Amino acid sequence: MEKKVVPEELNFQRDPKMSLTMIPGKFARSMRTCLIWQFIRFVIINIKMIIVVGKSH
Amino acid sequence: MARLVVLGGGVAGHTTATFAAKWLGSQHEVVVVTPNAKWNWIPSNIWVGVGEMSKDDVTFDLAPVYQKAGIGYKQAKAVSINPEGNEGSDKPFVTVEYTGQGKAGQTENIEYDYLVNATGPKLNFAATPGLGDANGLGEFTVSVCTADHAVHASEELKKSIEKMKKGERQKFLIGTGHGMCTCQGAAFEYIFNIEHELRKAGVRDMADMKWISNESFLGDFGMGGLHMKVGGYVVSSKLFTESLFSERGVDWIIGAHVNKVEAGKVHYELLDGSMGEESFDFSMLIPPFAGVGLKAYNKAGEDITATVFAPNGFMKVDADYTPKPYAEWKASDWPRTYQNPSYKNMFAAGIAFAPPHIISKPMSSPNGTPINPTPPRTGMPSGIIGKAVAHSVCDLIKKGDRAHLHEASMAEMGAACVASAGKGILTGTAAAMTVYPVVPDFEKYPGTGRDTDYTFGEIGLAGHWIKHILHYLFMYKAKLNPGWTLIPE
Repeated sequence: MEKKVVPEELNFQRDPKMSLTMIPGKFARSMRTCLIWQFIRFVIINIKMIIVVGKSH
Repeated sequence: MARLVVLGGGVAGHTTATFAAKWLGSQHEVVVVTPNAKWNWIPSNIWVGVGEMSKDDVTFDLAPVYQKAGIGYKQAKAVSINPEGNEGSDKPFVTVEYTGQGKAGQTENIEYDYLVNATGPKLNFAATPGLGDANGLGEFTVSVCTADHAVHASEELKKSIEKMKKGERQKFLIGTGHGMCTCQGAAFEYIFNIEHELRKAGVRDMADMKWISNESFLGDFGMGGLHMKVGGYVVSSKLFTESLFSERGVDWIIGAHVNKVEAGKVHYELLDGSMGEESFDFSMLIPPFAGVGLKAYNKAGEDITATVFAPNGFMKVDADYTPKPYAEWKASDWPRTYQNPSYKNMFAAGIAFAPPHIISKPMSSPNGTPINPTPPRTGMPSGIIGKAVAHSVCDLIKKGDRAHLHEASMAEMGAACVASAGKGILTGTAAAMTVYPVVPDFEKYPGTGRDTDYTFGEIGLAGHWIKHILHYLFMYKAKLNPGWTLIPE
């Protein structure tokens, strides 16, 4: 039988605790290092953090 | 001329002293008492602990900076406070013992008009047998609480990596070294930095990694957890954190009070009352924090430490310390001005103030052992509180005793936490989290206790870049380089 191995899904079997959570797939992980998307997130996170800093003073 | 004495030169004390010196000018005097010769940007100690930064990258000499700012600097540790003076004088004073400047061991009484206690914590390694010696560099575990500790941790990590390269499997155990610890975020950041370094060194498959913590669930972080918007859902930090641990193959033990450390092994008690042991080859366990042990005496020389300080050694401020059950805790219990209720010319900032209670739900094992995180008061809250206290003291000096005191309640204040792994611009990843407010306010935000528009978390390069920028910004600001006041706390 041909196995279909998805590397990130193997961690679900490491421990019963780990099988009850969510693990990001290939697309979600690729977005973490996608420069265009991360630059957009960088701008958004900075704006949010500046607002939080402003609200905190 | 009035004199403000600031005890401590960490984030809170440095912020208080530098802003007060700027606002008061040369007409008044600001004196900092700190046992350290160097300022340390503690969040970056994590990078020192994995060898990505050196001690010099995260520290600088305080003396030239204070000289430039016109701040008196005494490299000494505070021993006691006499807020009413003594039999010979009504002037309040603090007794200090020098640790440097060629006067190590000598004591001196420094009179003050206003006192800000920003001593930070005592790293209470002694609370857990075997966790560390008086310097924190224990025989069995490492620490990243100071730059020197982090250098030591890095050296030990290198040894473990070399062993793995030679085919020897290693077990890493990272987390908290006592049931009443705080600063889970630092340990969280460290374990994922190690994981990143092991991948980089090509030995990740030779390592077993485990987290051990006093949190009742992963993602508590001493704040009772948080809820954030992710992918259109509002999710608990428990799911967010468990996902990250599972993705990286890091196992976890939670609700654990580490009660003994010995060579290659920790002993712990869990929230269900059971006892366990866990072996390790490399372990970094955060110690619990306590007050630095300052004493206080009245004019007659009688000990009034219990009046000025809470039993844990932190200074009492304008919080509501009335004991009450968890269900009755309110955001309004938390202090706003950080003024000592007994002596109005004394304030506490940063970790040095006594919180009214913890933030996480209080828990204990059936054996009666309390196992719950204590509240985080580091980083951004420390800086904001330090600045508010500086404002208040300056107004009291300039406008008189009736001046309005500035407020900075942790129930109305946010905090940013960026846990970043790796140091490369394109290769690192970070979990960036912002929480608003730090102390949940269920009256204002009945669902989650926090504003989910500004409480968020995500993993990616963006947070990693922010962590880099924060490092250089805060080092620049702390050195009082041009434009330093424009950089927020």
